[in-house]
Amino acid sequence: MGLTQIAASILTSILVGALTHGSWRTYSLLALSALAVYWFQPALPLRSFDFWLPSLTLALVTLTWFVTSPPGAWKTRHNLAGLLIIGGVVTFVELSRYIFPEPLLTGTTPPPFPHYIVFLAILIFFTALFTFINRHTLFPLSTLLLITLLLSILIILKSPALSLQASIFFRTLTDRPTATASALDLRWLGISYIAFRLIHVLRDKQTGRLPELSLPEFAAYVIFFPSLAAGPIDRAERFAKDLRADFTLTQNETLSAGQRIIVGLFKKFVVADALALIALNDTLAAQVHAAGWMWIHLYAYTFQIYFDFSGYTDIAIGIARLVGVRLPENFLAPYTKPNLTQFWNAWHMTLTQWIRAYFFNPFNRWIRGYKSLPAWAMLLLGQLATMLLIGLWHGVTWNFVLWGAWHGLGLFLQNRWSDFAKTRIAAAGPRLQSVLQFGGVLLTFHFVALGWVFFALSAPQLSAQVFSKLFGLG
Amino acid sequence: MEQKHPSINLFRLLLKAGILFALFNFAFVFVNLEALGRLSLYNRLFPGRERFPFGETRASYNLSLYNLNAMFASHVLTGAEKSSDEYRVLLIGDSSVWGTLLTPEQTLAGQLNARALAACGRTVRAYNLGYPTISLTKDLMLLDQALAYQPDMVIVLTTLEAFPLDKQFESPLAANNAERIRHLITNYQLPLEPNDPALIHPSKRDQTFLSRRRAVADLIRLQLYGALWASTGIDQVYPENYERAQTDLDADLAYHGLTQPSELRGALALEVLDALMNAADVPTLLVNEPMLVSNGQNSGIRYNFFYPRWAYDEYRRLLAERAAQNGWNYLDLWNIAPLNEFTNSAIHLTPSGEALLADKLAEAIPMICK
Repeated sequence: MGLTQIAASILTSILVGALTHGSWRTYSLLALSALAVYWFQPALPLRSFDFWLPSLTLALVTLTWFVTSPPGAWKTRHNLAGLLIIGGVVTFVELSRYIFPEPLLTGTTPPPFPHYIVFLAILIFFTALFTFINRHTLFPLSTLLLITLLLSILIILKSPALSLQASIFFRTLTDRPTATASALDLRWLGISYIAFRLIHVLRDKQTGRLPELSLPEFAAYVIFFPSLAAGPIDRAERFAKDLRADFTLTQNETLSAGQRIIVGLFKKFVVADALALIALNDTLAAQVHAAGWMWIHLYAYTFQIYFDFSGYTDIAIGIARLVGVRLPENFLAPYTKPNLTQFWNAWHMTLTQWIRAYFFNPFNRWIRGYKSLPAWAMLLLGQLATMLLIGLWHGVTWNFVLWGAWHGLGLFLQNRWSDFAKTRIAAAGPRLQSVLQFGGVLLTFHFVALGWVFFALSAPQLSAQVFSKLFGLG
Repeated sequence: MEQKHPSINLFRLLLKAGILFALFNFAFVFVNLEALGRLSLYNRLFPGRERFPFGETRASYNLSLYNLNAMFASHVLTGAEKSSDEYRVLLIGDSSVWGTLLTPEQTLAGQLNARALAACGRTVRAYNLGYPTISLTKDLMLLDQALAYQPDMVIVLTTLEAFPLDKQFESPLAANNAERIRHLITNYQLPLEPNDPALIHPSKRDQTFLSRRRAVADLIRLQLYGALWASTGIDQVYPENYERAQTDLDADLAYHGLTQPSELRGALALEVLDALMNAADVPTLLVNEPMLVSNGQNSGIRYNFFYPRWAYDEYRRLLAERAAQNGWNYLDLWNIAPLNEFTNSAIHLTPSGEALLADKLAEAIPMICK
C-alpha cells in the first residue's frame, strides 16, 4: 500500500465508521474491500492479469463460502446482497474499460466483456460443481480439493522456478514474448494471507468449529482491505463478532486509531524506508568487505524489516479500528525477548498462531504415535518442520529453507538449554538473573539478526559469503 | 496500546495540529538550508568523498543536490588537515575530471596522487573538484568556494563546450544557486545577466517546508549514503556494457547556431575564464582537455559529437592567444589520447587515457609550482 492508498483507506474508513451501522457497515466494508482487491493489485506485464488475479481472489472467496455454508444458504436476503455486491464490483471494474478513458482501478485495461462472461460462466460452473460434490459425498472432497488448490497456488507463486514456468505458459497462451518472462509476472496481491484465511475456515468447517457466517461477513473477513496486503491473519469467528457488535465511531476510538496510524506511518515511511537505503541486500553482500560495516548493514536490515512490517501492521490495526474491527496484534517488541520461543511469540504472531493451530499441533499429535522415537527427537522434528513451513510460506527457495532450519534448530537448542538451566537459574541471585536476562536478550537478538542473512539474500552462496565476512573470515 | 482520551475534543485537536503544522511550514522560510548543509557526518563518522556527490540512481549510492555547503562538507577536502609537507592541488572541471565510469583511484586526481609527486619540496595531494556538467560559471562557483581550503595550485581543465554564453546557467548546479551566481557576477564583473530567467529565484512561498521537503530529504539521504560510501567505496554505477562515444557524425557545420569562425569570439564567455584563472592567488594551470578525434563518417567536418572542426580550431586559436596575452600557464592537450581511450562520451577517458593526461600534468606541476 502506498501513501495514496493509505490516505484513501483512512478517509473511507472514517466515513464507514461514522455513517453506517449493522448490516450496512458489513456491506460497505465488503464493497470497499472488493474494490481494494483491484486497486491495491500492482500492474502486471501479462495482459489483463491485474484484473484476472483480483477476480480470482473474489472467485475463491465466493467458492469457499459456498463450500462451507449450509445448502441453500445463498438464497437468504443477506447473502444475496453479498453476491450482488461482489458481482457488482467485478462487473463495475470490468465495464470501466468502456466508461473511462484510462483504467480506473486496475493497473492496465480490463479484458473485453465476452472474456468476462466466459470467466463468470466458469465460476458459476465450478461453484455448482463444488456445491454438488459437497452435498453428495460423505467425505469432504470439495474441502480437500479447495485446500489442495490453494496450496498449489501458493507453491507455484512462492517458487521462482515454477512461477517463471507459469509466466511462460500464460505468455504463450496470450501471445506475448516469452523471452521477457519473469517470476515476478505473477505478483498476486495478498494471496499468502488470503490462502491462509481460507484454509483456516475450511479446516475449521471440517472440524466443526466454524460458526455460521454470512457471505458478506465471510468475504469481508478474507479480503478486509486494511489487512489485505500484509496481514495480520485474523480468525473468522472473532472478526464476525466485531462486525455483529454495535459500533459507533467515537472521538476516543478515532484518536486511538489515529495514534496507531501515525506511529505506523512513521515506522514504515520514515524509519524503515530510511534504513532500507543501507540495509543488507545481494549487492551489498558482494560489495562490502569489512566486518564492521557488514554488521552495520545487517543491523540496518534487522531493524528495517521490523519497522516496515510492524509499521504496516500498526496502520492496518489503526484503520480497522475506525470501522469497529479490532485486528489482533502481530508484534510485541520481539527484539527485546530473552529467548527464541518468546521471540516467536512476539514476531508475526498471527502467522505463528495459525501455523501452531493448523500444523504444529496436528503434527505433534501425529508424531506422538511413533512411540519408539525419543522425546527430544519428536521435539526437534516438530520444531524443524514448523519453522521450515514458515520459511517456505515466505518463498520456496533454499535461503528460506535455511532460514527456517536456522530457527527450528535454534528453538530446539533453546528448549534443551532452558530445561537444563531452569533449576540452576532459579537458584541464582537476582543480580545474576538480571545479567542472564540481559544476556538472553542480546543473544536472541543476534541469533535472529544472523538468521536474517538467509532471509535478506537470494542464494546460500551469498549468505555464506556474508557470514564469513561478518566473522572476519572472508 | 489502548489509550483513553476522555477530555479531548477531536475537532480542536485537528485544528491545533493544523495550525501548528502551518506555523512550522511557514517558519521554515527562515531556515537557512544552505547553512544546514555544513552539518555532516562525513569526515567525522564516514570518510569524506573523493569527489562531489553526483548521481541519479539508488544503485550509485549517490545523489545530485544543489547545496554547495553540503557538497563540500561531504568532500574529503573539508576533512583534510593540511600538513606542512602537503602541496595542495585543486582540479576543477567537468565530468571528465569528476571521472564518469572511473573509480576514484582511476580519476585524474587518483592517478596524480598514486604517482606521489613532489613539487617545491612538498608532496602533491590532488583533490577532485570536478562536477559533471559543462559550464565555466559552474567551475568558477566551485573554485570560489574552494579557495577557503588553502590551495597551492589550481588546475582548470576545460573544453569549448564550457564556454558558450548561452550554456553558462544550463548546469542545474549553477541554475539552482542564483544568489551565489549573482555574487560571482558582481565580484568578478562577469558579462552575465544576473536576472537571467535560467537562474532559479525561489520566492518566499518556495521556501516553506512543503516546498523544500525534497531538499531536506536530499540532505538526509546524503548522510545515509555516507554509510554506503564508507562500506563499499562506490559512488557511481559501473555498467559492464555502455554505448561508446559516437564516431559516425552528422554532417552538421553549425555550432550553437554559428557557422563562421569570426562569430565565435562573441559567443564565448572568455571573461569567465579570466576570472577562473585569476581567482586564486596561487599558480593556476589551464588545460584544454583531451577529446575524441573521430575517424568515422563526416569526421572531415566534425571532430566529434560536440564540435565542428572550424569551431574547435578557432577556439584553440583564441585560447592560445588569450593565454599568451595574459602569461597563463597553458597546456593544449586536446589530441593526446587516441580514439580507443574514450568511453561513453567524446571527453570521458578510460583509465589508461586518464594516465596519459596524468603523465602530462605530472611533468607540468613541478615546473610551475611556487
